[in-house]
Amino acid sequence: MKTIPEYQELFKKGEITPTGLLTNCLKKINPSLNAYITVTEELARKGLKKDSKGKLRGIPIAVKDNINIKGVPTTCASNVLKGFIPPFSATVIERIEKNGGIFIGKTNLDEFGMGSSTERSYYGPTKNPFDETKVPGGSSGGSAAAVSSGSAVISLGSDTGGSVRQPASYCGLVGLKPTYGRVSRYGLVAFGSSLDQIGIIGRNSVDVGIMLEVIAGYDPKDSTSSKKEIDDYSDLNEVSKNIKIGIPEEYFKHIDPGVHSSVMEIKRRIEKEGISFKSVSLPTTGYIIPTYQVISYAEASSNLARYDGVRYGLRKNGESFHDTIRKSRDAGFLPEVKRRILVGTFVLSSEAIAEYYERADLIRRLITQEFNEVFREVDYLLTPATPTPAFPIGERTDDPIRMHVPDRMTAGANLAGLPAVVAPAGMIGNLPIGYQIIGKPFDEKGILSIVRLVEKMAPFEGFLKEVRDE
Amino acid sequence: MSEYRPTIGVEVHAQLKTETKLFCGCPVAFGEEANTNVCAICLGLPGVLPSLNKKAVELAIKAGLALNCEIHTKSIFARKNYFYPDLPKGYQITQYRFPIATDGKILVEGKEIRIKRVHLEEESAKSIHETDKSLIDYNRSGVPLIEIVTEPDIDSPDMAVAYLKTLQKILQFESISDAVMARAEFRCEPNISVSKEEGKLGTRTEVKNLNSFKAVKNSLSSEIKRQIGILEAGEVVEQATIHYSEETGKTWVARSKEKSSDYRYFPEPDLPPLNVDKKWIEEIKATLGELPGRKKEKYISLGLSKEDAKIISSSSAASSLFEEILKLVNEPLEVSKWILRDYRSLGGPDISAASFAEMIEMVLSGEISRNAGAEVLAEMTRTKKAPKQIVKEKNLAQISDSNALEKIVREVLDENPDESTRLKKGEKKLIGFFVGQVMKKTKGKADPKEVSRIISEYEKKY
Ligand SMILES: [Zn+2]
Repeated sequence: MKTIPEYQELFKKGEITPTGLLTNCLKKINPSLNAYITVTEELARKGLKKDSKGKLRGIPIAVKDNINIKGVPTTCASNVLKGFIPPFSATVIERIEKNGGIFIGKTNLDEFGMGSSTERSYYGPTKNPFDETKVPGGSSGGSAAAVSSGSAVISLGSDTGGSVRQPASYCGLVGLKPTYGRVSRYGLVAFGSSLDQIGIIGRNSVDVGIMLEVIAGYDPKDSTSSKKEIDDYSDLNEVSKNIKIGIPEEYFKHIDPGVHSSVMEIKRRIEKEGISFKSVSLPTTGYIIPTYQVISYAEASSNLARYDGVRYGLRKNGESFHDTIRKSRDAGFLPEVKRRILVGTFVLSSEAIAEYYERADLIRRLITQEFNEVFREVDYLLTPATPTPAFPIGERTDDPIRMHVPDRMTAGANLAGLPAVVAPAGMIGNLPIGYQIIGKPFDEKGILSIVRLVEKMAPFEGFLKEVRDE
Repeated sequence: MSEYRPTIGVEVHAQLKTETKLFCGCPVAFGEEANTNVCAICLGLPGVLPSLNKKAVELAIKAGLALNCEIHTKSIFARKNYFYPDLPKGYQITQYRFPIATDGKILVEGKEIRIKRVHLEEESAKSIHETDKSLIDYNRSGVPLIEIVTEPDIDSPDMAVAYLKTLQKILQFESISDAVMARAEFRCEPNISVSKEEGKLGTRTEVKNLNSFKAVKNSLSSEIKRQIGILEAGEVVEQATIHYSEETGKTWVARSKEKSSDYRYFPEPDLPPLNVDKKWIEEIKATLGELPGRKKEKYISLGLSKEDAKIISSSSAASSLFEEILKLVNEPLEVSKWILRDYRSLGGPDISAASFAEMIEMVLSGEISRNAGAEVLAEMTRTKKAPKQIVKEKNLAQISDSNALEKIVREVLDENPDESTRLKKGEKKLIGFFVGQVMKKTKGKADPKEVSRIISEYEKKY
């Protein structure tokens, strides 16, 4: 399992060529996993022709199909965007191109990012490369399955409530959700605008750090992006012994015993490096899922209003303007998206807004405040990434509440805008599970460095070799 | 009927005078080919985000200041959600609970009209309905607007029109908006109720789609009659949106309030709160011109007649030129004459105050005649050349050298023997005739005062 700098070294020595790497990746696209909605071989080959010396030169990258690449269909795994080809690329895509990265394909997701399993896609479910009867997680399941199965070296996803981190956990990968505002959202199709961040799924922290260095930073096209200088994320070798890591007790309740012991094992290893831990409490943890649901559904109901069949995408003609809009939307969206639009519309309606949206907004502020207070006592938080390993395909599709259960670990970082990373903690049976490090705003370097520290102590290549060896 | 008192408030949407749209870089232009001034952002394509136009914020603040409002250092954009084909995102970005300016007032014919709020928002696209299809032009989509809302302080249709005219003039004068009604840059939506009891308001209706001041006045008069008719019949006025037909002069209920949509306003997550610092507000305040009324008073105090002061103060171009010239030539009456007569007869050309002042100075010092001055001004407008250069090129310098003039006077006397004999006999009225002849001979370059003096002396000699 090679890192991006190792590939660059091999390219330089001439031991492998970018074309060879791309061919190898294309060969590893496994149709039965259904990781890709569109494979962009031609675009990738065109990218190789450009003489680039960037950090990502010749690296095949998979992109979640809710991030625009100019000239390539963006489907968001929805029928409503049928035939839509964006005339512009997302800012992150432009930055990757400038650094020599090449795009191998657009990956599957839950429609518009709404789900935790990549089963709710118009293009069918994606399967977990470790066990094809299990979900890969979601909504960035395609991006995780692509990296896990070796068809992409690294991938982009989007994380609204855990959509990058939870699939990383289920597929044995490193998944980063940066601080809100660290990475431009321009060109990412919005789901919950105040929660969405483009994230990265990679094989290791080094690759993720390099990708972050490429895509992070202020973008005048995204008014919510931060002007704060970016760090040197490719150097993750320093972890101060003086840091303190918090263990929030609420995150260790109602979880699989195997998850518990694996995360505790990670804690033990970090402690061995002389870093101290402290038990902390985040009492609002129980409110995370309902708060996340109300806010993300409300924003989604508005963000998805533009899919009306008038300008692009699917159109079903009706008797009148409004009838056409109604018929197009009815035919375009799958049931889960409709459910969220309906709930989101309700929570913003004049009779319900005070009870739901405004209350959720208030609780969100309390949750944020609580994180801020805990971060006065400790520098980082260690939690499980998910309460269980990947669940069977079909198990939760009719149960929206159970489907949201994994969000319990991850959505807090979205509500509070904090950076969080998930990395492999071990295996339960044949399925990987991950741990999560949450940091203070803009401390991506810090959380990735802790992951790097753990990686160095115990490379996880052993148990992942089978699926990921080239 | 006379005991019913109307209570009127007005909402105005005015298009801000910016080069580009509110949230994208597309040009704002009128009358261009459909769907040419559009981009991914104003078409609301998936993945786009808005970036706020600073100039639009500046103009909204300026409007707030011109209307004596409190400017809020923090305001918040909100989404107004509804489905309509001309609304590409399915929501309009506007300001709801926290507008940029509130609590203003302006004087209209001596009466104070309170301004409730001024807020920024984006324009929707334009639907064009044909018999078998509808077309949409997105050129207007995202054009910056301000909405200006009054308190219900207006008590007659005439007063409503007076308020609108004053508001329009302020926006135009301050270069906030061109406010041309025919281009939909200034749209009025009055709301009105009638009541018999002092201090108690009736149910109000909103009148939409009014394209002229006349329509505002007539629709309000018609709506007052309609509401009184309903109340007199013992029925109740329902809250509704009212339309007005210019052909019939009648109003009718277009949509009753029960059917009205729930816009589900919530803070726009794609735009952080709009923070403006006090220093910037002060800078904008400093750019505010004086309003026409105040200017007129000032000009009268400089010695101009009421009528002249009114004419100059009502045009922002003329008044700023007037004031600029005064800084260089402090002769208000002289300068006002040039502005009122020559500048206006040339159609108010774009002319530099410095050149204009230079020309006036030349006239005042006797270097050129008044007539030559007018010619210089016309030539300056055409060629943008400096006055001195024009005088030189066209040989317009006044002849005031008495020796030269005396020679010409003698020539003229010789050429007109009859008249010169009569002049010698003391027929004084012929002085004018000879001055005219000298002016003719010199093509207007002679200093008429000097000529007149020389001729008079001749007359006295004999
Ligand atoms: Zn545009």
